[in-house]
Amino acid sequence: MKDFIIPDDRDMGTPAKTGAPVTLTIDGFEVTVPEGTSVMRAAAEAGISVPKLCATDSLEAFGSCRLCVVEIEGRRGTPASCTTPVAPGMAVRTQSDKVRKLRKGVMELYISDHPLDCLTCAANGDCELQDMAGAVGLRDVRYEAPQNGGLANHFEARDTSGVANPEWMPKDTSNPYFTYDPSKCIVCNRCVRACEEVQGTFALTIEGRGFDSRVSAGTATDDFLSSDCVSCGACVQACPTATLQEKSVIEMGTPDRSVVTTCAYCGVGCSFKAELQGDDLVRMVPYKHGKANRGHSCVKGRFAYGYANHKDRILNPMIRDRVDEPWREVSWDEALTFAAQKLRGLQEQYGRRSIGVITSSRCTNEETFLVQKLTRSVFGNNNTDTCARVCHSPTGYGLGQAFGTSAGTQDFDSVEQTDVVIVIGANPTDGHPVFASRLKKRLRAGAKLIVIDPRRIDLVKSAHVEAAHHLPLRPGTNVAVVTALAHVIVTEGLMDEEFIRTRCDWDEFQDYAAFVSDPRHSPEAVALLTGVDPQDLRAAARLFATGGNGAIYYGLGVTEHSQGSTTVMGIANLAMLTGNMGRPGVGVNPLRGQNNVQGSCDMGSFPHELPGYRHVKNADVREMFEAIWGTEIDPEPGLRIPNMLDAAVDGTFKGLYCQGEDILQSDPDTRHVAAGLAAMECVIVHDLFLNETANYAHVFLPGSTFLEKDGTFTNAERRINRVREVMKPLNGYADWEVTQLLANAMGAGWHYTHPSQIMDEIAATTPSFAGVDYALLEEQGSVQWPCNEEHPEGTPLMHVDGFVRGKGRFIVTEYVATDEKTGPRFPLLLTTGRILSQYNVGAQTRRTDNVVWHEQDLLEIHPHDAETRGVKEGDWVKLASRSGETTLRARLTDRVSPGVVYTTFHHPDTQANVITTDYSDWATNCPEYKVTAVQISPSNGPTDWQEEYAAQAERSRRILPAAE
Amino acid sequence: MSPEKMVHMANQIATFFKTQPGDDQAEKVATHLQDFWDPRMRSQLRDYVAQGGEGLDDIAVRAARLIA
Repeated sequence: MKDFIIPDDRDMGTPAKTGAPVTLTIDGFEVTVPEGTSVMRAAAEAGISVPKLCATDSLEAFGSCRLCVVEIEGRRGTPASCTTPVAPGMAVRTQSDKVRKLRKGVMELYISDHPLDCLTCAANGDCELQDMAGAVGLRDVRYEAPQNGGLANHFEARDTSGVANPEWMPKDTSNPYFTYDPSKCIVCNRCVRACEEVQGTFALTIEGRGFDSRVSAGTATDDFLSSDCVSCGACVQACPTATLQEKSVIEMGTPDRSVVTTCAYCGVGCSFKAELQGDDLVRMVPYKHGKANRGHSCVKGRFAYGYANHKDRILNPMIRDRVDEPWREVSWDEALTFAAQKLRGLQEQYGRRSIGVITSSRCTNEETFLVQKLTRSVFGNNNTDTCARVCHSPTGYGLGQAFGTSAGTQDFDSVEQTDVVIVIGANPTDGHPVFASRLKKRLRAGAKLIVIDPRRIDLVKSAHVEAAHHLPLRPGTNVAVVTALAHVIVTEGLMDEEFIRTRCDWDEFQDYAAFVSDPRHSPEAVALLTGVDPQDLRAAARLFATGGNGAIYYGLGVTEHSQGSTTVMGIANLAMLTGNMGRPGVGVNPLRGQNNVQGSCDMGSFPHELPGYRHVKNADVREMFEAIWGTEIDPEPGLRIPNMLDAAVDGTFKGLYCQGEDILQSDPDTRHVAAGLAAMECVIVHDLFLNETANYAHVFLPGSTFLEKDGTFTNAERRINRVREVMKPLNGYADWEVTQLLANAMGAGWHYTHPSQIMDEIAATTPSFAGVDYALLEEQGSVQWPCNEEHPEGTPLMHVDGFVRGKGRFIVTEYVATDEKTGPRFPLLLTTGRILSQYNVGAQTRRTDNVVWHEQDLLEIHPHDAETRGVKEGDWVKLASRSGETTLRARLTDRVSPGVVYTTFHHPDTQANVITTDYSDWATNCPEYKVTAVQISPSNGPTDWQEEYAAQAERSRRILPAAE
Repeated sequence: MSPEKMVHMANQIATFFKTQPGDDQAEKVATHLQDFWDPRMRSQLRDYVAQGGEGLDDIAVRAARLIA
C-alpha cells in the first residue's frame, strides 16, 4: 500500500496573501513574501515556527493570545507576529530572553485555568496547548486558588469540600458527532471565527467578559444541537484543544495515517483527508489544499460516513427467479453466471435492444465508463442513461446549444471576484453547503445577490447576508422571468454590445433582440403570470447588467421543468448579453447534484452520445472506439430512463443493470416506475443496500463505498479529483471489478487490473481528457477538463477567447405554460427540494446520525393555505396529485408563498415521488419534479398505498439463510 | 409508451421549434427526434402518423414524415 504523499500541510498561522514581493529577515535569514503577509507567516515560510494559540491559517489574525510576540529591530515593545504585516527590510527576532519570558508567562496563565488530565484527554497527541507548553518550556505553574477563597477556575466541578464550582459547566454532548467541553476552553476565539469567517453561520459567540468569557451556541438555553449550528465541523477543526472534539476520536484515539480522497456526496467535490488507524476510519478532515473546498466541509462529508459499515450493507451476491421470492445468497460466480445467462437469453428472445444499463453518478469516472462500455460493446446497443437524466440533462442540451459544450464555465475560486450573483432555482446552503460558504464570504465582502426562487431560501436573509432582490416567482414560470430580465437589459440598452459583436452570432442576436424587446415580455406584462413585482425585476436586471462581474449559479429548480432546457438557454443568453463570460468572477455555473454527475455525463452515460459528448451517429467517433474495443457500435440512440420504463411496460425492454442509483425512489411517478420494473424479466441492482429499486430486482450485486476503491470523480467545476482506496472493499470487489466480472461472464474478455488503465483508455478516446492520467493527478492534485496538448494543466475558465462552438448563439426563449395546471381538484402547486443533512434518496445519510436533524420529510405550507384546510403545525396531511397520494406531517411557514407547498424526497416511507407526474422537459425528458398540482387535506396517518408499499418492500427484502 | 404521452412529448418539441426563427421548423424537429428518440419510439410515431396522427401538431406530423 502506497499512500499519497501529503504536500506541506503545516499550519502557517495566517492566510496566504497576494501582492508585491516584500523582503525581510527573520532571525537573520532573508525571506521574500507577498505584501500584506504577517510576520508569523513569513517566519513559517522561512521554516521558523513562532509559538501561537489563537492563530491558524484558515482564519484572519486575531491577536488575542499574546504567545506569538516577537521583537522587531527599531520598533518598540513586542508586537504580535500574527497581526503585524511585513515591511521591506524589517529585521525580526523570533527568540530572545525577553520574548521567551513573556511567552512562558502567558502559557503559565493559560495552564493555571486548564485541567492537567493530558494523558487521558481525547486531544492527547493532537493538542496545540500541550505543544505550546512544551515549546515555551513551561515547567511549573505558580498560581493557585487563594486559601478559603473558593475555586477560581473553570475546570474543576467541585472543590475539595464538595461544594460545586459555579464557573464549571458540563460537557455538551448534544451534537451527534462532536462534544463541547467548556472546562478545556482557552477562549482563543478560533471556533467563533471559524463559524463566522469560514462557514458564515454565526452560530457561536463569546458570552461575558474577562474571566467570565465563554463560548456559547446561541442563547443561554441553547445547546449545540438546538442552536443555529449546521455541524460543518469548521469549529472542531479550528479548536486547538479538546474543547471541541470529534466523538470518534474520543472513542478511538488519534489517527496514525491519512489518505487524501474526494467526498462522495454533492457536486462540490470536496477534498478530504481520511484519517485512519489501520483500516479503521477515525475521521474525515477537510483537506486545505483541496481546490474545490479550500479546507472547508459540511456535515455530510465531514461526519456522515457511518453508512460505510452500517449493518444494512449487503456483502454477498444474491439472486432469485421472481421478485416475490426471498433472496438466496450465492457465490459471485453463480450470481454473475445467472445474470449473464438471463441477459443473453433476453437478447435472444426479444432482440439486441431489449436490455440496457443505468450508470451511477455516485461511482467513479472509470466505473461509469465501464458500464456504458458494457452496453455499447457487450450488449451491442446504446441503452445507457444516468441520474443526470433526472437532474441536469437540460444543462447538457441547453449549454451545448448556446456555447458548444455543456458544463460550468468557471472554477469555484471565481466567486471571489464576483460583484453580482444571480442564484436561480438553487438552494446552496442546503444542497451545496461548502460552495454556499464561499459565496456568503464574498457577499459579506460586498457582492450583491439576486435570488430567483419560489421559496424564501436561507440565502435571501441570514446572518450578515441579505439578497438585494428576491424574485419569488410562481413555480413553472422561470422562462418568463428570465426573458423579462433580458427584456429590461435589451430595451434599456444595458447590454454589452462590444462582447456580443465580437463573440456571438450577430444575426441570431438580432432575431433574439427583436423577440425579447416585444412588450409582451416586459416585467409588467408577465407580472400576473409570474407573481414577481415588475419594479423589483427591473431593478434586478439593471443591477446584474451594470453591477460589475456578474455570475449566474443555478440548480434543479431551473432544469426540472417542462421548459428546463429553455431556461438554461435563457440563462446563457443573459450571460452573453451582459458580456459575463470568459474571465474570473462571471459565467454560467450549474450546481451539480451528485458527486460525479458531471463525470458520468462526460463518460458517455447518455444514450445518444459517446464519451466526450459526441453523438453516436458520427461514424468517425464510433470508429475511434471500435478500433480499441474491437466491437461494432450501434449508430442509433438508445433509450433514456423514462423511455426504458415506457418500453418495459410495452414489453420491448426486458433487462436492466442498474449501478448505484435508486430509480424507484428518486424518479418521478413512482407507480409508473414500479410498473416498468415489475414488467422486466431481469433487473440487476448493484448497490450498497437493498434499496427501493431492489424490491423489483432478480440479482443483487454488492457494491463498494468511495472509501474502498481507486478512481476519479469530476465535480461541478469540471475538476477531476482522485478517489483513493482507503480500505479494502468489504464486499470483496470495487465496483469497476464487478462490472468487469459481469462483462466477462457475457464473454467480453476484459482484463483491467487497475482503474488507471481505464483512465488511459478514456484519455485515448476522448479529446477533452487526452492529457489526463494518474501521474498528472498525483502531481497537480486535480485538473479541470479540457486537459490536452493545448491545456496541459487543465482549464479553470472556459470560453476565454471564444466559445467552444465558435460564436455564441442567442436562442429565442418563448414561455410555454406547463400542462401541469392547478384547478378545482388540485389547487396548489407542489415543488420539491433537498435539506442540508440528507442526501438524495437518503440511502447513505439516513444510515448515519444525520437523522437527528431530519427524521422525516415534512410538507411546508403557508399558514393561509393551512388554515383554510384546517391543518395545524405537525398534523398528518394527505398530499394528492393526479399521479398518486401520500401522507406526511405539515410544517407551517411563510417561506413558501400562498398557493405553493414544498417537500423533500429523502425518505422512502413518504415517497414524495408518488405525487410527481410523468411530464418532462421537452428536449431531454428531464422530469418536471418542480411543478405538480396537488391538494392537501387532513389525514389520520399513512395512506393505503403507503402501507401496501411498505408491506411489499418488507416481503421483497427477505433473505434466505445461506446454504451450508 | 401510451399514445397520449408520445403525442404530448412530440408536441412539446414542435412547440419549441415553432418559436424559433426560420422556415425549417419541421426539419429541426425531425433532427431532434432522430438524435434523441430511440428507433422504437420513432417507429411508433411514424405508425401513429400513418394512422392519422390525431392530436399531433402539424409540425410534428411533418417531422414524423421526415425521420427514418
